Amino acid sequence: MKKLISLLLALTLVVALAGCGKTPETEVPNNETPNNETPEVNEAAKDMIVGFIYVGPIGDGGYTYAHDQGRLYLEEQLGVKTIYKESVPETQDVEQEIRNMIDQGATAIFATSFGYMDYVAKISKEYPEVAFFHCSGYLTTDNMANYFGRIYQARYLSGIVAGLKTETNEIGYVAAFPIPEVVRGINAFTLGAQSVNPDVVVKVTWTSTWYDPAKEKEAAIALLDGGVDIIAQHQDTTGPQQAAEERGAFSIGYNTDMSTMAPKAYMTAPIWNWGPYYVAQTQAVIDGTFTSHAYWEGMAEDIVRLAPLTANAPEGAAEAVDAATAKILDGSEYIFEGPLYDQAGEVKVAEGVKMTDEEMLSINWFVKGVEGKIEQ
Amino acid sequence: MKKSSVLWTIVICLLLIFAKIFMGTSFLVAVVIAGTPLLFATLGELITERAGNLNLGVEGMMLIGAVAGFGAGFITKNPIMAIIGAVIAGALAALIYGFLTITLRANQVVSGLALTIFGTGLSSYLGTNFIGQKMPENVIAFYDPIQIPLLSKIPVIGQVFFVQDIFVYFGYIMAIVLGIYLFHTKTGLNLRAVGENPSAADASGININLYKYVHILIGGALCGLGGAYLAVVEVPQWQENITAGRGWIAIALVIFCKWNPYKATIGAYLFGGLSIIGFRLQHLNISQNLLDMLPYLITIIVLVISSMKKSKENSPPKGLSVPYFREER
Repeated sequence: MKKLISLLLALTLVVALAGCGKTPETEVPNNETPNNETPEVNEAAKDMIVGFIYVGPIGDGGYTYAHDQGRLYLEEQLGVKTIYKESVPETQDVEQEIRNMIDQGATAIFATSFGYMDYVAKISKEYPEVAFFHCSGYLTTDNMANYFGRIYQARYLSGIVAGLKTETNEIGYVAAFPIPEVVRGINAFTLGAQSVNPDVVVKVTWTSTWYDPAKEKEAAIALLDGGVDIIAQHQDTTGPQQAAEERGAFSIGYNTDMSTMAPKAYMTAPIWNWGPYYVAQTQAVIDGTFTSHAYWEGMAEDIVRLAPLTANAPEGAAEAVDAATAKILDGSEYIFEGPLYDQAGEVKVAEGVKMTDEEMLSINWFVKGVEGKIEQ
Repeated sequence: MKKSSVLWTIVICLLLIFAKIFMGTSFLVAVVIAGTPLLFATLGELITERAGNLNLGVEGMMLIGAVAGFGAGFITKNPIMAIIGAVIAGALAALIYGFLTITLRANQVVSGLALTIFGTGLSSYLGTNFIGQKMPENVIAFYDPIQIPLLSKIPVIGQVFFVQDIFVYFGYIMAIVLGIYLFHTKTGLNLRAVGENPSAADASGININLYKYVHILIGGALCGLGGAYLAVVEVPQWQENITAGRGWIAIALVIFCKWNPYKATIGAYLFGGLSIIGFRLQHLNISQNLLDMLPYLITIIVLVISSMKKSKENSPPKGLSVPYFREER
């Protein structure tokens, strides 16, 4: 009997504590009118519930944090109620979470990671009255849109800063997985650095993790031991920044402004600004004007940005970045425009030819000047 | 000296020389750092298992130690408080497990898993206060590497092992202290008896529950320190779930090191090294997938080899994961 009771107690602990420990799906209704000019919007918006599914914890200070900033901005701007769930694995679990949210009354769902795509597509057919938004994928259905930003444009700009700063002409790049999104970023970064410093070499180290701060720091240390003097990253943590800070090197962040994390090293970062998209789309759902779409915009729509340069950035960087920004905005700098050479020096994109979106989305080769290997 | 320890020494020396020649001293320095959180967690689990309790809550205790250590250091701006906070929090977490498994005699596996889930959640929940926060500079400076006079002058070994931070040194000391305690003291002998055959130990007048409680708490404190090392020293800014599965590796390492604290150091550093060696081999034409597999591959190989050699020394404590009922003798 005692045994049974204790087993029951242990099980209760599992259930009760697992539930209470995780940050609960908070609902922070924001009924205050944020600005006085648009009070009429809020009547309809008040009843609206928007759900967010995150792949990591908000506390990552990176990718998920950036999405959550967008969610908070949405609450502030429209006064809608939002619910969210952190650290949802990219498995069938996501279906369960979405059902939960719809049961709670959510009429728009933002699923913010690539691996959710198939599950969201499947479930969108079950709930035709709900608007689904999937981040970074390629599938759409009648009521499921996909959205992402051309972060490579901001990476190109960050490459300019790194290219001007480096003294060894070797830049380290801590990267997660050899998928097109990451490869595209590395190429854009390298092209940006080469645009101001043709001798630059970008050394890539793969970590095979999105989220392991200590391991990603070790990867950066390995690069620094190998002679690079600047660390850039495509990871969801600030581990690599920490490595640069400790070694007296300089760094380029990612996702959010990381200046407080590595005050002596951090120069700038390509960052996300999801808020305006979330506001526009939620408004469209409220107005009944939502239609399925594939959204892949860049700096012109302000969904991606370069974070403000810190005092660590080199002289002349601000001017160079401003000039390049202007060119990107007016379309005269396309970034992935020929002539582009691969690592072996072969012409991959002929002079004057621009890579199509499709080609960019499936890119699987490094440009000349990148040291690293893509496992096929 | 026994034959096996001579063999081990030779193997370690060869590994060191090999690593020094092919990877350089800086790699070895990084290996020790990467292995330190594993070492603490392995020692913690080892001492718990020696008392006959299998605690699968290592990951949870590490995370609770991480958040408590970070919180205490961040709020008080005192590096010592960070350590104390982690130790107390890790021990308290282990107390939950101890109460369930010793007093209530609950299933050890279920209780341990519950502790991991609980600890992960609690750590994230408490950590929301620290999102985007960094350790104060004076705390970080306190954990800068310190040169040990004389010892740091030994070629290679000195630079690798004796120009490190306080935590690392504390790890060496703990391994040695636990080794002496287990194999050369009376209480250590009693502890082993509790783990091997609690009924017999009970009959000889050992207070089984007291022994189990004390060592489970010590184990929890050590796991808490392992977590705190990651959050306070290695990446001194708040990052949720910073252990990223290291607690589970530590549980495997206890088997790997055959419940021996000295061998735990070898296991922890070997594993730490394997987890980062890939970063320095990528310029060679080795498959990245193979490099990612390496730590796990080696574990399997070592486990297979060590289980082929059946000896009393290498087997787990006989009373492991069996709740002790005095009445059921």
